[in-house]
Amino acid sequence: MLWNTLLLALRAIRRNLMRSFLTILGIVIGVAAVITMVTLGNGATKSVSDQISSMGSNLLMLIPGQRFGPGGGGAPNFKIADVEAIRYQISGAEWVAPVVNKGATAVYQANNWSTVVTGTNNDYFPAGNWELAAGRTFNETEERAGKAVCIIGETVREKLFGGQSPVGSEIRIKLFSCEVIGLLKGKGQSAMGSDQDDTVVMPLRTVQRRLSGSQDINRLTVSVSNSASIDGVKKQLTLLMRERRNISESEDDDFRVMDTRQIAETLTSTTKILTMLLGAVAAVSLLVGGIGIMNIMLVSVTERTREIGIRLAIGALEREVLLQFLIEAVVLSSIGGLIGIALATGASFFLARLMNVPYLFDPAINLLSFLFSAAIGVIFGFFPARRAAGLNPIDALRHE
Amino acid sequence: MNNSPLIRLSALTKVYGSGQAAFQALKGIDLAIETGEFVAIMGPSGSGKSTTMNILGCLDTPSSGSYEFMDIQVEKLSRNQRALLRRHFLGFVFQGFNLLARTTALENVELPLIYRGEDATSRHAAARAALEQVGLKGWEHHTPAELSGGQQQRVAIARAIVTHPAVLLADEPTGNLDTKTSQEIMELITAFNREKGITVLMVTHEPDMAAYARRIIRFVDGYLESDSRTEEAA
Repeated sequence: MLWNTLLLALRAIRRNLMRSFLTILGIVIGVAAVITMVTLGNGATKSVSDQISSMGSNLLMLIPGQRFGPGGGGAPNFKIADVEAIRYQISGAEWVAPVVNKGATAVYQANNWSTVVTGTNNDYFPAGNWELAAGRTFNETEERAGKAVCIIGETVREKLFGGQSPVGSEIRIKLFSCEVIGLLKGKGQSAMGSDQDDTVVMPLRTVQRRLSGSQDINRLTVSVSNSASIDGVKKQLTLLMRERRNISESEDDDFRVMDTRQIAETLTSTTKILTMLLGAVAAVSLLVGGIGIMNIMLVSVTERTREIGIRLAIGALEREVLLQFLIEAVVLSSIGGLIGIALATGASFFLARLMNVPYLFDPAINLLSFLFSAAIGVIFGFFPARRAAGLNPIDALRHE
Repeated sequence: MNNSPLIRLSALTKVYGSGQAAFQALKGIDLAIETGEFVAIMGPSGSGKSTTMNILGCLDTPSSGSYEFMDIQVEKLSRNQRALLRRHFLGFVFQGFNLLARTTALENVELPLIYRGEDATSRHAAARAALEQVGLKGWEHHTPAELSGGQQQRVAIARAIVTHPAVLLADEPTGNLDTKTSQEIMELITAFNREKGITVLMVTHEPDMAAYARRIIRFVDGYLESDSRTEEAA
């Protein structure tokens, strides 16, 4: 009985190619849209969290903050003494790097490129997960004397030197020339979308003397050793800085301590929300596809009811007719679902490359949208048939 | 046992609707039909002839009374049992042909055999033979849309007789056909009655078509009005 019913179902699909095609199409579009959107969203989330981990994990950043209330105003920047204090007084601080940023134009021969110069110390590299592609980091003399040496990022190398090796060459920054002693390995875009490789790194003192013209430090980056707790170090840092900046107990902090974990959480939760939004939009198209299927099925209900009448009159049992329609619906929606999955895999793979995000196969969403489409096909294909098969054969035959 | 007729209706009634809107289509029908008979059922519209036909064909159920078919109390059967009765003993020909659309003649004729569970080889052979008997050899792979009305009705007849039914029920089989085609169809049906011994029950309101039958039953207003046999030299 099953075999014969399968035969009847396949014949019914074959002779109603247009109806079958439209049913499949509705499911294909819905399934493909949902899977593609969610897969791309997942890829984007992954890419953001990858970029954040490339920033360096376990990082704390200190920036001067605004104080509110009476006597408020711009908070003072940090000093080099703060770096030393943190290094010696906070045991969990592994690397402590001061950061001064200045925009400047770098020139090499006929090429010039406007970039950001960072003044810092050697702690900057391990703290920020930077590795050298060539050359060396600063030596003690260079740091202490503020010598004109620099380590450049991949983007700067490309813009100034093209194919040439930069190490040993002299580039000119503003009015002084500076020897390139190292090249950083490329890290790509940051989580905020800026190019991390568009950078020139110099000893702190060099930047303070020649570019910023002050002893101020804009930012402190502190990496926490693996054994210490981030929250503990954060608390210690806050206490230490309050003490060093003479903040009385009644006053608020005039600086902020941020940690990369927080930033990471904020950013990934944003992309997750975006993924959910995209998924919701795509789910609407799945629903619209379902309504399309419903329309097709309802339009053909008269013809199908008559067909059911004919089958019953010829001697088909009610359950044979139902089984045939069930098989038909399941076969059509499975085909639609599988094509949808194939299409979505292709499309999201292609779009992921285009958008420069990793392609991540998500079995859950594939299964879920497949089941949903199957449910739509079965509900709208099967239930009208069930009503018709329950009629008296003569009523089904005379259905107008 | 041998004395009991193939079909016996006793005090059969059928009521459509209920309460004020109730309409009594059959008001107590008593009728017996023997194996091998060719019966034409006539009467004006609404006289109950089609209702009787549908009940005889197990497509509809009576409201009261009894219907015995081959000594089976049909009114006591379940839906599925009635379906099996149709599958094994009854063949239908309708005014509107009722073929499956976009399905070839061969597949249409095969359909009852599929429900009977016959294997593909014997199914094909039987369906081809049936189409040949109705004069449609060479038309096996045409769909209803590619066939004339007369040809479609021939396919329907082939589908009805492919299972070698005990009874062929024809509901105005020539109602949609022109006179010449009608005569051809009637001759075909008559041939199956005479040569294969298939009992034929045919609803018609055309006296010309009824003339092919050996017994004519007239319905008026839900009652059986007359029952006459046209004895002809065999």
